[in-house]
Amino acid sequence: MSARTTQKLATACVWGAGAVTVAILLTIVIFVLVRGAGDISWSFLTTPPAGGTSGEGGISTVIVSTLYLIGLTVVILVPLGVGAAVYMAEYAKDNRVTRLIRYGTEVLAGVPSIVFGLFGFALFVTALHFRFSILSGALTLVCLLLPTLIRTSEEAIRAVPRSYREAALALGATKWQSIWRIIVPAALSGIVTGIILCIGRAIGETACLYVTLGGSAAMPDSLFSPARTLSLHVFTLATETKAFGAAMATAVILIIMIVLINALTNWLSQRFAARMVGGA
Amino acid sequence: MDAKIETRKLSFFYGRNQVLKSISMKIRPDQITAFIGPSGCGKSTFLRVLNRMNDVIPTARLEGEVLLDGANIYGPNVDVVEVRKKVGMVFQQPNPFPKTIFENVAFGPRVLGMAGKVSLDEVVERSLRSAALWDEVKDQLNKSGLALSGGQQQRLCIARALATEPEALLMDEPCSALDPQSTLKIEELMQQLKQKYTIVIVTHNMQQAARVSDWTGFLLLGELVEYGRTGEVFSRPQDKRTEDYITGRFG
Repeated sequence: MSARTTQKLATACVWGAGAVTVAILLTIVIFVLVRGAGDISWSFLTTPPAGGTSGEGGISTVIVSTLYLIGLTVVILVPLGVGAAVYMAEYAKDNRVTRLIRYGTEVLAGVPSIVFGLFGFALFVTALHFRFSILSGALTLVCLLLPTLIRTSEEAIRAVPRSYREAALALGATKWQSIWRIIVPAALSGIVTGIILCIGRAIGETACLYVTLGGSAAMPDSLFSPARTLSLHVFTLATETKAFGAAMATAVILIIMIVLINALTNWLSQRFAARMVGGA
Repeated sequence: MDAKIETRKLSFFYGRNQVLKSISMKIRPDQITAFIGPSGCGKSTFLRVLNRMNDVIPTARLEGEVLLDGANIYGPNVDVVEVRKKVGMVFQQPNPFPKTIFENVAFGPRVLGMAGKVSLDEVVERSLRSAALWDEVKDQLNKSGLALSGGQQQRLCIARALATEPEALLMDEPCSALDPQSTLKIEELMQQLKQKYTIVIVTHNMQQAARVSDWTGFLLLGELVEYGRTGEVFSRPQDKRTEDYITGRFG
């Protein structure tokens, strides 16, 4: 086969792979939109679910619970995860212990979420008496997502050029000053990508929340309220009721919410980066 | 003869590997002292010893003394931040921070806590003027330092180093990543700066050492083979190895 033919064939294959991927994605989104959009109305968004097996009612309390849970998760997750990443990348010596920690986080990142769910149930729900609650759910999500955030943040921090560190030290900055003022801001876009990944996973998570959140469709009024997220609601509607349309409609809202949260996070980080870097 | 910086029997090791061998010498104030030598001769290590930049290397070990104005910077109770404030550094690759031009220059004063005592606007303007960059950037201080050309970036780094009001400036092959025009600008700038600062430069480029420096040291395999007035070293080298190197027989 001539080089030209190979080139054409390779281009066709790569192009084809891309086209198939896009087609699959579009099919899913369009399918969900078409089946679900009809059931979305203002009252669907503003009334609570009727409960039971009727599948009637809206999703207002579910939207609030989802935002509440995600917000709490992010507030606990980000300082812990980024802090641990800074430690791993900047402070930890490269020895047996740190290699073990790194290996541990890699393994944990691949553990099925229901395992974290059982752990969260045993520790937060039962042993610590947080009961089925937003707090138990959020803490379980933090355990689930920490390995991912630590790994992505650590890689982003390691990718910051050594020359920045040297310049900061040579100007009399302490290690902490160079980390806080130079390295973390320079690694920010990578860290934010990790945070977005985690939020996406948290929104879509059902298994580990099924055993820690409680599944109540009532409006949460404290950290200790049981709750139901959008994806849990989709699961409940699809398995316990005949309201397939409402399940699809909830899925549409779920997709929109993921898009909005990603856009918001991106926008925030770009604004921050612009303030750091200036109009480049 | 008074010395700004003096080394006494300075030896330096990376693990078991000795990279500087008992170097004793004096660097005069308000002059330009250049160090030449082939790759791996220890000249960059020597430079980095002078503001304790090698502290961060875990296996590094130092013997002997480095005196700044007569005080050993490796002595007990010495604040390394104070040393680096007095002895600024410019690196081989221009390395401005991913921040605005203003924030790049203001970084040193900020971390050293000078911000409350002096006007940052004044410090930034004075430093950029000293680095011959002010006229080119005065209307775009909020632009990223990374948006400047290579030569401008290196002058920004010089301005950033000057902002902490150092007494000496170490330059580690500051022109090796620059085009001839930018190199010329930096060399002119060095002539202005030497009136206020003690400048120590490491360079690969012998012509540059001959052009800009008042004193030249030749390092070979960690040994200070020859040290003297630049004119003398280049016209009448005392050591056969120096002569071989500057006439291009090796290196």
